[in-house]
Amino acid sequence: MIARRPHQTAGADFKVTAFEGYAMKATCWMGPQKMVVKEVPDPKILNQRDCIVKITSTAICGSDLHLYNGFLPMMEPGDIMGHEFMGEVVEVGRDVKKVRKGDRVVVPFPIACGACGACAAQAYSLCENSNPNAWIAEKMLGHSPSGIFGYSHLTGGFAGGQAEYARVPFADVGPFKVPEDLTDDQVLFLSDILPTGYMGAEMCGIKPGDTVAVWGCGPVGQFAIASAYLLGAEKVIGIDRFPYRLQMARERAGAVTINYEEVDSVPDVLKDLTAGRGPDHCIDAVGAEGHTHGVQYVHDRAKQMMRMQTDRPIALREAINSCANGGTVSVIGVYTGLIDKFPMNAVMNRSLTIKTGQCHVHRYMQPLLDRIQRGELDPTFIITHHMPLGDAARGYDIFNKKLENCEKVVLQAA
Amino acid sequence: MGTAFESNVAAPGNGGRRMGSALAPQVRPRGDATERYQQLADEDRGTGGESLADFLGFFSIGLGLAELLAPTAMSRVIGVKHPDDRTRSTMRLMGLREIGNGLAILSNQQPEKAVWSRVAGDALDLAFLGKTLSNPDNDRGRTLFATANVLAVTALDVMCAKQLSKQPDTIANAGVDKGIIRTKRSITVNRPVEEVYSFWRNFENLPQFMRHLESVAVMDNNRSHWVAKAPAGKSVEWDAETTEDKPNELIAWRSLPGAGVYNAGEVRFNPAPGNRGTEVRVTLEYDPPFGKLGSKVAMLWREEPGQQVQDDLRHFKQVMETGEIVLSDATKQRGMHPAKPDDKPVEL
Repeated sequence: MIARRPHQTAGADFKVTAFEGYAMKATCWMGPQKMVVKEVPDPKILNQRDCIVKITSTAICGSDLHLYNGFLPMMEPGDIMGHEFMGEVVEVGRDVKKVRKGDRVVVPFPIACGACGACAAQAYSLCENSNPNAWIAEKMLGHSPSGIFGYSHLTGGFAGGQAEYARVPFADVGPFKVPEDLTDDQVLFLSDILPTGYMGAEMCGIKPGDTVAVWGCGPVGQFAIASAYLLGAEKVIGIDRFPYRLQMARERAGAVTINYEEVDSVPDVLKDLTAGRGPDHCIDAVGAEGHTHGVQYVHDRAKQMMRMQTDRPIALREAINSCANGGTVSVIGVYTGLIDKFPMNAVMNRSLTIKTGQCHVHRYMQPLLDRIQRGELDPTFIITHHMPLGDAARGYDIFNKKLENCEKVVLQAA
Repeated sequence: MGTAFESNVAAPGNGGRRMGSALAPQVRPRGDATERYQQLADEDRGTGGESLADFLGFFSIGLGLAELLAPTAMSRVIGVKHPDDRTRSTMRLMGLREIGNGLAILSNQQPEKAVWSRVAGDALDLAFLGKTLSNPDNDRGRTLFATANVLAVTALDVMCAKQLSKQPDTIANAGVDKGIIRTKRSITVNRPVEEVYSFWRNFENLPQFMRHLESVAVMDNNRSHWVAKAPAGKSVEWDAETTEDKPNELIAWRSLPGAGVYNAGEVRFNPAPGNRGTEVRVTLEYDPPFGKLGSKVAMLWREEPGQQVQDDLRHFKQVMETGEIVLSDATKQRGMHPAKPDDKPVEL
C-alpha cells in the first residue's frame, strides 16, 4: 500500500485554475520602499484546517516599516504584506469545526496551532508548529518563534492581509468572532497593537501607586499608556519627539509627556518627576531596526547594518538606566538583530527584571473585547487616516515619513 | 541532610559514581532520569585539542606580525647577518602566511585543516632555515637555535592536527571513519508516549513525514518494503527488518542484505518531564552512495543528513499534534518564491 501524505491529499482537491480572472488586489513588497498594490491569484485552502477571509479592514503596523525599509533580508519581491486584518469567513477547510462561512472575525497576527507545548501554555507567538521555515529561524535565533502573516520568510512566508482575501491556517485557533454591533475600527486592533500594548503593561506587574514610563508614542505606545492606567498605574509618562504624537498621548491616553528633543536628559526629567526614584516600570515601545540571518554573508551584512544602527537601541538603554531599582523593563518594540553596548551592569546590580515577547495575542482578545464593550477603552482614538486598499503605497509613505500627523493608517479593502 | 561540605566523600552504595549531594534526598533528581540525560550529554562530547589549537593560532598571528613588521630584526634572530631586500620580502611573505594560518585556526572553521597547513608551513620554514645554514656568512649558532625551535613547534603542530583530525570517540560518531553517516536528532511531541510510539510503529505512516520516502509496505511483523525517492525522478527500494521493538520505548530497524543502500535507524521514546508529552530521539545511519564524497556533494544541495532528519521530525511533530504538515504560500513548493497565492499545485 502506498501511504499518501496529508499535504498531497490536500493537493488532490486543488484545481489548477490558470488565471481565469479570479484575481484580488494585494499590497506587494517589490523592494525597499517599493510597495505596489497588484492583482494576484485568490488564495486557496492549502491545509484542511485553513479558512479564507474576505478582508474588510486592515492596517499598516509600525513593524511593517522594518520590512518596507528593507531591513529584513528574508523578503522576496512579490511578498504580500500585512498582519493586522479582519473580515468575513468565505471558505473553510474540511477539518475546520468551529468557524463557519459568514462569521465576522479578527485574525491575530501570530499563527498558532493550539496543540503544541507552547500553545498549551498560551504562549501563542511561540507556537512550535506554525513556522514552515523554522529551520532558518533556528539557525538565526537558536529556536524558532511562530509563523506570522506577511512578515518575511523567516516567520514562515505566509501571504499577508493587506489584500482583499487571505488564507488563515488553524481557523479554529486564531480567527476571533466579533459582535456585529461593533465597528471594524473598534475591533481591528485586537489583531496586534492593542494586545501588544496591553501585554507590555501587563508584563510590568503594576501595583497601585506605580509610575510607568513609555518610550515611543506610536500606536503601540499609546495603547501601552492606556493599558498601564487600566492596570492601576498612578502616573504614566510618554516619551517621543513628534508633537502630534505627544499631544495624542496627553489628551487621549492621559500621559504626562516628555519631548526628548527638547530636554537635556530624559533620565534626569524622569528622576525629577519621581523625586529621584525613577519610574517603577519602563516600557520600550520603540524597538530597533537591524537584522541578522543564519547564512554567513547575510550575517556580515547584518554586522554592517549594526554599525549603522549603533544609535538605535537608545530607547532600551535609556529605559534600563532610568528604571527604578528593582523595577521592570518591558520590551515590546520589535528587535530584529543584535544590539551593541547593552548596560548589563545596570540590569544586574540594580535587580532589574526584563520581560519581553511578541504578543501572545490569542489570550488577550476576549478580555480586551470585554473592556471595549464595557466602554473602558476606545481603541479608535489612534486612527488618523482611512484610505482604500489601492492607496496602500501612499499610506506607507506618510506613515514612514510621519507626514500629515500620521499615527495609524486603516486600509479599507471592501 | 546532605550538605555541600560532604561533596568530597564518595557516597557509598552507588559505586562512587556520584559524589555526596548538596541536595536533600527528597529533592534529588531521580537517578535513572539523571543517568539517561548524562549519557546523552556524554554522547555529544567534543574531541579535545581545541585549546592547543587556539594557542597555536595566536602564536601564528604573533610570529606573523613580527615577521611582517620587523623583517630585518627577525632575519637577524634566525642568524642572517646582512639581510637584503630579498630576505626581507621573503620574511614578510612568511609573516603573511603565518597570520593567515592563525586566523584560519581561530576562525574555528575546520581548524584541523588549518593546523595541518601549519605543518606544511613548518616544512617550508625548515627548508628556508636549511638554506640560511648553508651560507657561511650567516651566524650558524643562531640559525641552529631557530631550527630547533621550529622543530619543537612542528612537533606540537603535528600532535594538535592529529588530535583534531581524530573523530570524537562517541556513540554518535561510531563508524564515521568507515564512511558511514550517522546522525541523531530529537524533538518533543506534545502527545502521550503510547500514541507517539504506535504511530511510528506502523511503518506505513512514515512517508507522511519523511520527505525522501515514497512508501513503506509492511510485509509481516518483522519485515517491511521501503521505496525512497532518488535523484532524477528515480526511486530506490529495499527490504528492512525490525531488529528491536520495545513498546513505548524503542524501535530499531535496518535494511536487509541485498539492499542498494545500507541504512539503519533507531527511535527512542521517553515521557518528557513535566507532562510535556514525549521526547523522541532518532538515530539514523547509512552508507551514502559514493561514500564520503557523495555525502559532501549532497550537502551542497542542502541535503545535509542531520538537517533532513530534523525537518522530518518537525513534520512528524506537526502530523502528531495538528494532523498535517503546515504549509505557507512561500514553502508549498521548493525553492524561493514570493509569499503570495499562485496556481501551482502543492509539491513540498
